[in-house]
Amino acid sequence: MDRKIYLDNASTTYVSQEVLNEMMPCFNVLYGNAGSIHSFGRTAMSIVDKARDRVREGINAQKPTEIYFTSGGTEADNLAIIGVAHAYKEKGKHIITSQIEHHAVLNACKELEKEGYEVTYLPVDKSGLVSLPSLLHSIRKDTILISIMSVNNEVGTIQNIKSIAKIAHDYGIIFHTDAVQAIGQVKIDVQDMEIDLLSMSAHKIHGPKGVGTLYVKSGIKFEPMTYGGNQERNMRSGTENVPGIAGLGKAVELATKNYIITNRKLKMIRDYFLEKVAEKIEYYQINGHQFQKSNAIVNISFYGVEGEALLMLLDLAGICVSTGSACTSKSLQPSHVLEAMQIPSDIAQGSIRFSFGTNISKSDVDYVVDELAKAIAKLRAISPIQAGRI
Amino acid sequence: MYYNKYIMERFQYPTNAGGMHGANAIGEVVKESCNELTRLYLKINDNNVIENAKFKTFGCCASIVSADVTCDLVKGKTIEEALQITNQDVLKIMGELPDRKAYCSVMAEETIRSAIDDYYKKKEKEAKKALKEASDVE
Repeated sequence: MDRKIYLDNASTTYVSQEVLNEMMPCFNVLYGNAGSIHSFGRTAMSIVDKARDRVREGINAQKPTEIYFTSGGTEADNLAIIGVAHAYKEKGKHIITSQIEHHAVLNACKELEKEGYEVTYLPVDKSGLVSLPSLLHSIRKDTILISIMSVNNEVGTIQNIKSIAKIAHDYGIIFHTDAVQAIGQVKIDVQDMEIDLLSMSAHKIHGPKGVGTLYVKSGIKFEPMTYGGNQERNMRSGTENVPGIAGLGKAVELATKNYIITNRKLKMIRDYFLEKVAEKIEYYQINGHQFQKSNAIVNISFYGVEGEALLMLLDLAGICVSTGSACTSKSLQPSHVLEAMQIPSDIAQGSIRFSFGTNISKSDVDYVVDELAKAIAKLRAISPIQAGRI
Repeated sequence: MYYNKYIMERFQYPTNAGGMHGANAIGEVVKESCNELTRLYLKINDNNVIENAKFKTFGCCASIVSADVTCDLVKGKTIEEALQITNQDVLKIMGELPDRKAYCSVMAEETIRSAIDDYYKKKEKEAKKALKEASDVE
């Protein structure tokens, strides 16, 4: 079986040719250190500046100086949360986030709790949406930061970012959003949406791994976490990853420019996929919001089937997906996102995330659903849990 | 590779998967922590020898293969012999498991005990019933 179909684009994506073309010369031709003042250094700096401006344009930031390059989405999230918390500790020590955030946010909050900060983890409803009344309810006098992700990476639910940002600002609270899955999926306009801080990652949008960026609105203070040669205006020391930054700039440019076409394609793929699944498979549920969701992510729980076993059977057929099953996580705990959405654990156990790229053809979808139906039938035959009875 | 070749092969083609008609001992173990469920069906004859074994599993590859191997191990053994089987015997056949997956083989061992427990409970019930019938006749 040589056919390989990659349906795990929410984990990472291939680097597109345009991005590679942008990066390649930075390795062996334009290899200067952006900190040097000679011609090599100045060229490197101009590449970094160009990328910074592309990111600025992509999210409609006011100034390029509001963009800070990091080593990825995780560092951007950490820097936003810990950096802001430290900078405003005189004002208060309360942070609000949600239960379905990425671990880069959740674990940063856990660290802050050790330092004496208090964190409220907002619950979500069954579709994965943070409820605005519960947000309003948890705001306190000493709340300094609200951090809610734009698009959830497991179920694809899109949060009401603009409303949340408005609420935050009504109370004079800083608002951060993890937009790692959102870039290229939804339109991000930091000025219109009143976002104060926003994290992004390159490798989710056909850019390279190991590079991300944090947008910080000018006037918002944050403290650095790395100390060294004062790069990125003192906020993120360390020699600029010029090839990575060049790639990120191009990737953000492409993702934000083409997002309408990309989304239309992805919607067609998703709709066709769901139509096929409905035709061939019984007893399942689609997790996440019905309408307010990313077109790239479909999360389905197949009843009576365990996710890891299903993933392995699909892998043997050349199909790459991921699962919220406890058996694949290091802690042997099922997905915290599905848990927060109050999905019973035996149903969460059978969840599979399909995340599409635009390179998937109709025949690929046909093949995937055929193999999926076969694998599910096989596992249900040996499962003590009857799918029809859940 | 996440799982070794033996496990991957056996996971695709388990030889003892499925339910069993006329099983007289059924063991069931639920692993609360990760929500896995394995059911073991045994057919034990009057000489206390396990004639046949089958399983059903809602769980990962490691659980499925552990249960399948367990079925092979208990077949043809007496109850006493079957109770001697440990997860180490299962692991010896399966080869190395990824870290934190060893519990899957422990689960298989537990199903044997659970099934034999069930067998004795059923026996006891039958004996009581027979005794009651005998006293009713009198």
